[in-house]
Amino acid sequence: MAAPIRLIACGSVDDGKSTLIGRLLHDAGAVPADQLAALGPDPDLSLLVDGLSAEREQGITIDVAYRFFELAGRRVILADAPGHEQYTRNMATAASTADVAVVLVDARKGVLTQTRRHTRILALMGVRRVLLAVNKMDQVGWSHQTFDAVAADYRAFASTLGLDDVTAVPVSALTGAGVLRRDPALSWYEGPTLSQWLVQTPAPAMADGPFRLPVQTVIRHGEHRGFAGRVAQGAIGPGDPVRVLPSGAKALVSAVSGPTPDAHAGQSVSITLDRPLDVSRGDWLISSEYPPDVADQFEAHLVWMSDQPLLPGRVHDLKIGTTTVPARVMEIKHRVDPNSGEALAARTLGLNEIGLITLSLDAPVPFEPYADNRDLGGFILIDRMSSATAGAGMIRFALRRATNIRPQPLSVSRAERAARKGQTPLVLWFTGLSGAGKSTIANLVELRLMEHGLHSTLLDGDNIRGGLNRDLGFTDADRVENIRRVAEVARLMTDAGLIVLVSFISPFRAEREMARALMEPGEFLEIHIDAPLALVEARDVKGLYARARAGRLANFTGIDSPYEAPEAPDLRIDAAALTPEQAADRILDLILNRPG
Amino acid sequence: MGSDDDVLDWLEAEAVHILRETVVGVERPVMLFSGGKDSAVMLHLARKAFAPAPPPFPLLHVDTMWKFDEMYAFRDAAAAGLDLIVHRNPEAQAAGINPFDHGASVHTDLWKTQGLKQALDAGRFDAAFGGARRDEEKSRAKERVVSVRTAAHGWDPKAQRPELWSLYNTRLSDGQTLRVFPLSNWTELDVWRYVQREGIALPSLYLAADRPVVERDGALILAHPRLPLRPGESPTVRRVRFRTLGCWPLTGAVDSQADTLDAVVAEVAAATASERQGRAIDHDPAASMERKKREGYF
Repeated sequence: MAAPIRLIACGSVDDGKSTLIGRLLHDAGAVPADQLAALGPDPDLSLLVDGLSAEREQGITIDVAYRFFELAGRRVILADAPGHEQYTRNMATAASTADVAVVLVDARKGVLTQTRRHTRILALMGVRRVLLAVNKMDQVGWSHQTFDAVAADYRAFASTLGLDDVTAVPVSALTGAGVLRRDPALSWYEGPTLSQWLVQTPAPAMADGPFRLPVQTVIRHGEHRGFAGRVAQGAIGPGDPVRVLPSGAKALVSAVSGPTPDAHAGQSVSITLDRPLDVSRGDWLISSEYPPDVADQFEAHLVWMSDQPLLPGRVHDLKIGTTTVPARVMEIKHRVDPNSGEALAARTLGLNEIGLITLSLDAPVPFEPYADNRDLGGFILIDRMSSATAGAGMIRFALRRATNIRPQPLSVSRAERAARKGQTPLVLWFTGLSGAGKSTIANLVELRLMEHGLHSTLLDGDNIRGGLNRDLGFTDADRVENIRRVAEVARLMTDAGLIVLVSFISPFRAEREMARALMEPGEFLEIHIDAPLALVEARDVKGLYARARAGRLANFTGIDSPYEAPEAPDLRIDAAALTPEQAADRILDLILNRPG
Repeated sequence: MGSDDDVLDWLEAEAVHILRETVVGVERPVMLFSGGKDSAVMLHLARKAFAPAPPPFPLLHVDTMWKFDEMYAFRDAAAAGLDLIVHRNPEAQAAGINPFDHGASVHTDLWKTQGLKQALDAGRFDAAFGGARRDEEKSRAKERVVSVRTAAHGWDPKAQRPELWSLYNTRLSDGQTLRVFPLSNWTELDVWRYVQREGIALPSLYLAADRPVVERDGALILAHPRLPLRPGESPTVRRVRFRTLGCWPLTGAVDSQADTLDAVVAEVAAATASERQGRAIDHDPAASMERKKREGYF
């Protein structure tokens, strides 16, 4: 099917971007007469694209706007991306669906840092067909020489990014010259106008290649089982063999329910097979030949879109195609400066920053490299607390094939190990400020477990930091990794059948939730040793608060590093009201009286 | 019209994808259904998306008591066999809120905005499909396909989730809900071409006929038995049709000879005025739609 041409326009207000978009809409006949009339005689066309009152107040564009018009019978969907530096995420968003881009420069100023930044983001997001609109030609006396110089400068830069399909067009958004109409003032220019270039855009190439259908949902109705989704690549018809990923099961297509009897790239279809197979959301139907790779570790580019910095090790939900799996960024190899293209060392990524990262998923997924198919190689990272879309990534390649690492089945089960000890494994997770009494209480609890003949161990923050985690510091990123490791250790010990007491400040809610998710259901109790900062600071058993206040101890929880108190702990101990012995009694009650 | 059909195919494929993705991603979806052309197209797409099963969600009509008479009959016929919820704000009903005594703003806020919030809360719906399109209005152009609302149903344009590729984030936290717009990328003309191509039934109010109207504040208002006439006003019969169908006292007709679908398509293709020109609620203070959306309007 001939999809609409999806266009992104990049540039700033100063380059005349709003005027150019207004001009395109106006000359394409997409502006209703009443809206045009509202602008009065001799209208300022840039006002046609001015949007929200929040933007007008600040004189900026804060978000992507989508506008439609027709050129020579072809639909164009224009994503108007803002040009301001702080909105890289919006430009990446707009570029993610764009087939082609118009990059605007002011003929008087030529290629600027901002032009290079926009072009880098286009290349990163896979927009390969670019028009350089050299605007304000009326301001440089319609100079052929100026145009050639700007065009050559830009071409040289773009080719370093692998962007070779670059067309430069001289325009004046103000007069409309070179946009939809030719102008005598530009008689020296023989190339296409902006609109001619747009209309010549070839259809996206997703129709080529082997068949790929990420299954969105299974439509059940009586005996009917329809595997529904949008075809991401290729075509298939009744009688054709298909395979299901990841199971590998094979079948023949019985029927395709959709606009045509065959399923083609871009269509939303529902497919029935000739035999009953177990297929669910996230699986792929593929043609029998050329199966894609399935992997659980990737190298990828990532654009960070959240106010909360990216912390390697923290669990996010990763959505790719129709699959959502828990995933964590393992390593930030470097940050990319979009202005210079330089690779910079980084331990976190902030809002609007771009990084090259490695990524680990909790389950293997089928994929195609982003450069081959944007729908099958692009992913988003979702914050599990706020549900915000925190990042957008583009898979470069798999770090290893998931098929090389398979879980080894063990001869003795965790249930047998626990049964031998006559107990149910459990993690008691003590969280709270430094000096709240976590370790004191945990030690008392373990003594009593011992008295009850139960098998336990105690993982204490300070002790673990002296061994397993001695390579970690106290930055947010290191705190996340600190907790990830201790949670994995606690998990292994529950597999051994033990009751595990974990005494760690563990300041972040996300990591405590991650630890809970790692354990079997019902085998994790979060115990908040709740002491007000004033109290622990007054006690200051180790003298740490005094040092932190004096500025001699950085990143200290409660002072210059946040503590996110549990919202619904399994038990809250009021450390100001209870003695450690009373606290231990309560915790023991909780353990001994729990169901199961 | 080969290339027009191609655009319709693409728009249909995208809308079906959005409908399916939302239904899978949330717990309790609902589809807003007013009986207007956009919601009729949306329902048609929903039937396609889940065929041969019926759409796996109820329809919700937030009634204002001031819809065109024919829309009620059309609504019930179109929703036959499906679960249709009709909600009327009891407070607005008790207070007798109407556009004549209370003005368009108060009427719209109480019946539509507050009524919608009540109905979504009562049904514990976590996603509501709406037929709004980006070409309708400025603030709509910046709306996401999947738009997050706060627990109080407010729209914060600065807190919207970036929407990349076709990866819609339907995850929810802290009482958030979603408004989902499968027709985001459609134009008014696309809707009409699709209605024509698919043979979708619509209220005849969309077709030109001789109707009694009064000209009021520059708009042609239907001379309904419930319309209080102002001094000097007397209804005249004109050949008119409606481009949008809201509450009849707030929706202006346009002079038109287009009494068939073909003629409507031709008229819309040649139209130079915007679709919502007859809607009084858009002509309130500046940035009216943006403000209403912040307050929870669809």
